[in-house]
Amino acid sequence: MSTEEQNDMSVNLQRRKILTGATGVVGAAGATFLAVPFVSSWQPSEKAKAAGAPVNADISQIQPGQMLTIAWRGKPVWVVRRTPRMLNGLAALDGQLRDPASQESKQPEYCQNPDRAIKGEYFVVVGICTHLGCAPLFRPAIGSPDVGADWQGGFFCPCHGSRFDLAGRVFQSVPAPTNLVIPPHHFLTEHLIRIGEGPADKGVA
Amino acid sequence: MSEQSKQQSSLLAWFDKRYPLISTWNKHVGEYYAPKNFNFWYFFGALALLVFVNQIVTGIWLTMSYKPSAAEAFNSIEYIMRDVNWGWLIRYMHSTGASAFFLVVYLHMMRGLLYGSYKEPRELVWILGMMLFLVLMAEAFMGYLLPWGQMSYWGAQVIISLFGAIPVIGPDLALWVRGDFVISDVTLNRFFALHVIALPLVLVILIFMHIVALHQVGSNNPDGVEIKKYKNDKGLPIDGIPFHPYYSVKDSMGAVFFMTLFALVIFYAPEGGGYFMEAPNFEPANPLKTPDHIAPVWYFTPFYAILRAIPDKFLGVVAMGGAIAVLFAMPWLDRCKVKSIRYRGLSFKILLTILVVSFVVLGWLGTQPATPELTKLAQIFTALYFMFFLVLPFTSVNEKTKPVPERVT
Repeated sequence: MSTEEQNDMSVNLQRRKILTGATGVVGAAGATFLAVPFVSSWQPSEKAKAAGAPVNADISQIQPGQMLTIAWRGKPVWVVRRTPRMLNGLAALDGQLRDPASQESKQPEYCQNPDRAIKGEYFVVVGICTHLGCAPLFRPAIGSPDVGADWQGGFFCPCHGSRFDLAGRVFQSVPAPTNLVIPPHHFLTEHLIRIGEGPADKGVA
Repeated sequence: MSEQSKQQSSLLAWFDKRYPLISTWNKHVGEYYAPKNFNFWYFFGALALLVFVNQIVTGIWLTMSYKPSAAEAFNSIEYIMRDVNWGWLIRYMHSTGASAFFLVVYLHMMRGLLYGSYKEPRELVWILGMMLFLVLMAEAFMGYLLPWGQMSYWGAQVIISLFGAIPVIGPDLALWVRGDFVISDVTLNRFFALHVIALPLVLVILIFMHIVALHQVGSNNPDGVEIKKYKNDKGLPIDGIPFHPYYSVKDSMGAVFFMTLFALVIFYAPEGGGYFMEAPNFEPANPLKTPDHIAPVWYFTPFYAILRAIPDKFLGVVAMGGAIAVLFAMPWLDRCKVKSIRYRGLSFKILLTILVVSFVVLGWLGTQPATPELTKLAQIFTALYFMFFLVLPFTSVNEKTKPVPERVT
């Protein structure tokens, strides 16, 4: 059929419009449904979700002022054995902190206290900076050279310079928005702690 | 006509009848008229294409020996470096190529700023170029995770956590990108897929569009005047010369110079003094310990310094993203009619100097530890960087420009 012949015949624009519209609507719905498996394929797999079991840690060997690192869900969890001097120094810092009472921060209820711990001596915390996820450095000494002369001991994130005190509470005017996260945990015996499950969940997981 | 050339031309004719060979060649190469006054700055577009080809070829060879799994990745890189024939060379060509890519792209963008190549009618060329820059950054970032060293791991941890700073959807988005609660084998495997297939494809498409858009409007030049204004009786620009052979020869010469320098770096300083490949990356990834001092590779440090300078998680991410996003708006922020810096007023020269100095200083600061003094400095230069874009729309309206010549000089 030549172009002239086509021009002579009246093209049914109405029909074309309906067909285009119907194809478009059905196609768009199909594309939306098809997108679901592709997008949700990026979500954590069942295997990744199952890998979050609690871990036990023997803390009998930690000397006062020392820290132990344990892997839980692929993240570092620290246990710091704090000295009485360290614990007594916490309250004095309240004025310099962003969230001294830990109201905006994540911790189990049983750790929302001035020491942020079940037993003040043993401080259990997820060693991931609440800014962008680096592992901060443990700098317990007063006036640690890389942190500053007025440093009272705590944690310093080398990535972006966030500072936390010895209860993982964040200082003002650093990038990290909240205090370090306290994981659910409880004491199985005096020197054995279980990380990933709180005192109330005993035997559940 | 000899028998042989007749045969050749008939083969060409056979082809041309079935594929627009000659017309495409002429439109984009043989009869693409570019201004005759291109200078040194005009090497970098062609060089960027050359480095891209280098990355693709060496990348294909690397995938033949690399294992994208958390258990094997680090060792497979060592295997490439020690046991695969010429593996060390191919890997250094790829890793040094990444730094070379950013070097030539930054110089290429600088050329655009100097001569106003982003201005009407080349806004789309600029925007497509900025999209290329953005995808290139994603490509480089994902590639850096693959060796699965300490810096790979913690660099990725920080950058993916950036998504987590977005209010409401942030944490879920970060989880979706990682595919796990921490950076893991899953993340490594998907970054490999994106690095070797998805993003290179996007780059190829964008490069194609960047060049098509450029050839539609024609190249700018150091004088910032349109050569299409003055044409001879054949309708060709008087101040234009065909890309081939004039600029194909010039660019080939530039390519040889560049490849000589590139080879020297590959052979004598492949790690670039710790700037192209960072020392902690020679240690396998350890999810429990961040290296004492972490910094991204040099080409990300200016933006990293901006991120660190802002003492607020979300605003820091906004500032870092904004530092890149604001460049997209250059064609509209700069309201001066004169294109080339040669004929522009003092205000633009001062502003552009401030921008370039801030960018370089921020780049240096991003490699340094975040001490309070350096953070102060980073805040000052972040402010200066953004000042360029805030002040430019006002100063450029009434800029005291010099008379622009009618034709290229």
